[in-house]
Amino acid sequence: MTIALSLTILVLIGISVWQIAKIFELSQSKKENTQVANDNDNRYNGQLMFAFLLFIYGITLYSFWKWGDVLLPEAASEHGSEYDNLMWISFAIIFFVQTITQALLHYFAYKYHGKKGQKALFYADNDRLEAIWTIIPVITLAGLILYGLYTWTDIMSVEENEDALVVELYAQQFNWKARYAGDDGVLGDANVRFLQDFDGRNLVGIDATDPNGLDDVIVQELHLPVGREVIFKMRSQDVLHSAYMPFFRAQMNCVPGMITEFAFTPNKTTSEMRLDPDVVAKVKKINKIRAENSKDLVANGEEALEPYVFDYLLLCNKICGASHYNMQMKIVVDTPEEFEKWMADQQTFAQVIQ
Amino acid sequence: MSTAAAQVHEEDHGHHHKETFITKYVFSQDHKMIAKQYLITGLFMGIIGIAMSLLFRLQLAWPEQPFGIFEVLLGKWAPDGVMDPNVYLALVTIHGTIMVFFVLTAGLSGTFSNLLIPLQIGARDMASGLLNMISFWLFFLSSVIMIASLFVEAGPAAAGWTIYPPLSALPQAQPGSGMGMTLWLVSMAIFIASSLLGSLNYIVTVLNLRTKGMTMTRLPLTIWAFFVTAIIGVVSFPVLLSAALLLIMDRSFGTSFFLSDIFIQGEVLHYQGGSPVLYEHLFWFLGHPEVYIVLLPALGITSEIIATNARKPIFGYRAMVASILAIAFLSTIVWGHHMFISGMNPFLGSVFTFTTLLIAIPSAVKAFNYITTLWKGNLQLNPAMLFSIGLVSTFITGGLTGIILGDSTLDINVHDTYFVVAHFHLVMGISALYGLFAGVYHWFPKMFGRMMNKNLGYVHFWVTAVAAYGVFFPMHFVGMAGLPRRYYTNTAFPYFDDLANINVVITVFALIAGAAQLVFLYNFIHSMFYGRETEQNPWRSNTLEWTAPVEHMHGNWPGAIPHVHRWAYDYSKPGQEEDFVPQHIPLKEGEEELQH
Repeated sequence: MTIALSLTILVLIGISVWQIAKIFELSQSKKENTQVANDNDNRYNGQLMFAFLLFIYGITLYSFWKWGDVLLPEAASEHGSEYDNLMWISFAIIFFVQTITQALLHYFAYKYHGKKGQKALFYADNDRLEAIWTIIPVITLAGLILYGLYTWTDIMSVEENEDALVVELYAQQFNWKARYAGDDGVLGDANVRFLQDFDGRNLVGIDATDPNGLDDVIVQELHLPVGREVIFKMRSQDVLHSAYMPFFRAQMNCVPGMITEFAFTPNKTTSEMRLDPDVVAKVKKINKIRAENSKDLVANGEEALEPYVFDYLLLCNKICGASHYNMQMKIVVDTPEEFEKWMADQQTFAQVIQ
Repeated sequence: MSTAAAQVHEEDHGHHHKETFITKYVFSQDHKMIAKQYLITGLFMGIIGIAMSLLFRLQLAWPEQPFGIFEVLLGKWAPDGVMDPNVYLALVTIHGTIMVFFVLTAGLSGTFSNLLIPLQIGARDMASGLLNMISFWLFFLSSVIMIASLFVEAGPAAAGWTIYPPLSALPQAQPGSGMGMTLWLVSMAIFIASSLLGSLNYIVTVLNLRTKGMTMTRLPLTIWAFFVTAIIGVVSFPVLLSAALLLIMDRSFGTSFFLSDIFIQGEVLHYQGGSPVLYEHLFWFLGHPEVYIVLLPALGITSEIIATNARKPIFGYRAMVASILAIAFLSTIVWGHHMFISGMNPFLGSVFTFTTLLIAIPSAVKAFNYITTLWKGNLQLNPAMLFSIGLVSTFITGGLTGIILGDSTLDINVHDTYFVVAHFHLVMGISALYGLFAGVYHWFPKMFGRMMNKNLGYVHFWVTAVAAYGVFFPMHFVGMAGLPRRYYTNTAFPYFDDLANINVVITVFALIAGAAQLVFLYNFIHSMFYGRETEQNPWRSNTLEWTAPVEHMHGNWPGAIPHVHRWAYDYSKPGQEEDFVPQHIPLKEGEEELQH
């Protein structure tokens, strides 16, 4: 249905384009048949330039009104608010500059459209003017650079410490696994060479001779305790992947042959997020869309879509092959008590390989 | 040396060589014919590249729906008309490769550098016609190989246009990393050889073959842009060539430059000690300057067209040259901003953030200078002028979001999302395409001796301009929502269900934009044969190419090469009768030349 409708719209647009071309053609005076713009062309296109300015503003406002709620998902990590502040400040500057420069550009194109017999102003240089619009960007950017670098250093300086939880994220085509260090707090050595040991039960290639690895816990669903720093060690067994956790403002590539790092502190549990008014509104909107889509499915004799419940996500964000688009893992942020309880239920590596 | 060479050439040119069809139209050494060959090959590749984007846009708007067109075009790769995920990735990959290299590097820079460098500096031809011819035919060969790769059994390369290993190195990782990837690499290696030969020729020609009086500070900004672009190309393309060669070694000869510790399809591979991050460094050492290789010629063309059609000198000529040089220099030390989260040392991220945001300064200067050039002008709104103004608009809109992506902190969450796609399509894709269109409309009379139809040009511009914003403005929202690029569909994540309607809007605008290009294509082909015949200088322009006769001839000028007495931008100069004074007109008595 949507397709038929869109195609009809396309055909109609095609026809209107053709008609516009004809109108342009007819509006030309018969006498001149040159293909250089005349006063009429200049006037019409000047007016269209002004209209185009309004179009740019219009599509900006419309997009924010219609889709503003999809921007930057709710932050759920301690550095999230820092990140968001920097983002909104940058956005404010961008919108300010965009609004003014587009206005000048299109307004001048409209205002100074050519007329026969008119002469342009011979104005080739003005050092002071140019100095001004060099220095203003310099100052603005210096501010942004300093602010950005301050935040970057803050986010990226991962320091090993006793209190932090160390988690290995392990990527392969096309799924994720996570490994916890266990009671000793140290991840056992690992390498792809060990993957075939124990009939494939050695899911992330732990070296069974390393005692540190025996109490490690490997899971397919990532649980994190709220309020505790998590240091991620990323590995990949085949191609590049990228661990993208948008709610936590976190991302790092997983590179075969090396271990990469990223750290953050989750500050909202999954249950808390599910009660957040923005998230509630978003879930409601999504479920409305899903209910709508389900109607079509049911009409075709297929099953209806499950209602959506909010969960944190880990996505793959580096092209990795056919099922790249579906390489995901659920993340659950628990209270510390819930986390301990969940962890107690998991099997250690020693138990798995027995 | 240059004058001697020119003199020899001048005498030489008196008696005409007999030209056969083959030497005139196929293996031509004449820069004007080579320019046309580049343009037409580039446009052909452009049609393929744009058509591919429309195919994958259909899939994104109506995921996993059957389309008859898929069955027709993709055959067994679209069983029952539903696109296969591997084909989706292949389309994305080849679209990127074709548009960046074959259309916007060879098609844009190859066409206009060849056409304009000899004509605008007052030279009989390029420094080496033979190398120039070889350069085109290598480009043609690489195009043929790239097209051929679409037809191999397992499909063309599908690892993204950046072809990061190990995905691109291991045939086990995806079907596209087999024969298709081999052809991709061979095609690109030949393409780079072509580009290097072309660039060396441009540099030597600009430095050695300028006519009398054409000092560097009197060069039109087009030539400055082509000249600097060629230098960037010579500096950075060889690095991509080395990356491609090393990747070929890893793929075919068992070396481990980019590979280490890999287990795939139940097997541990022998690779030890290599690093994919090394490949990323090599790739982006070209990859980022490539953005400017694409963009600078478009900005050069725009400078020329805006000044001519505003009937005003370009504002701040010296600042424009300085900013081209600054952009060129900075472009070679910012590649790391593509790699903030690649696993490289975060300290490097700080350095690259700093250098990257510095590029905003010369870019801002250029934008403000364009705007000031329009101020109090007598704007002749020809289609070329509209596309030039459109370029400034998309250059600003797209460039501004670079402030977010160039900031390592902010990049964390928008890296590799549709936000990036929106950003670079506006700032380099659409802007450079507008530059290409502006150049074609403006120099069509010079190339084919006929004018393009202006009304079709207006329709082409306005529909394209509206549709381009319609495609890429909403795309920023999809990216900020966190949707990664290169996803076959977002239906695997219910969380993204509310983006479906944005995707439909984007695709509808993309189809409209695609349809508008048919207007251009019709206009181009029709005007080539039936367009109105042009007068010698239709736009009343100052540069030397318009002093050459309309009818093309080997050696460009029938008599002596004109000498140059002034810069290219004496438009509406007080004390002159006409509103333009071509470069070869001597200064009047008592007339002052501006000091640049």
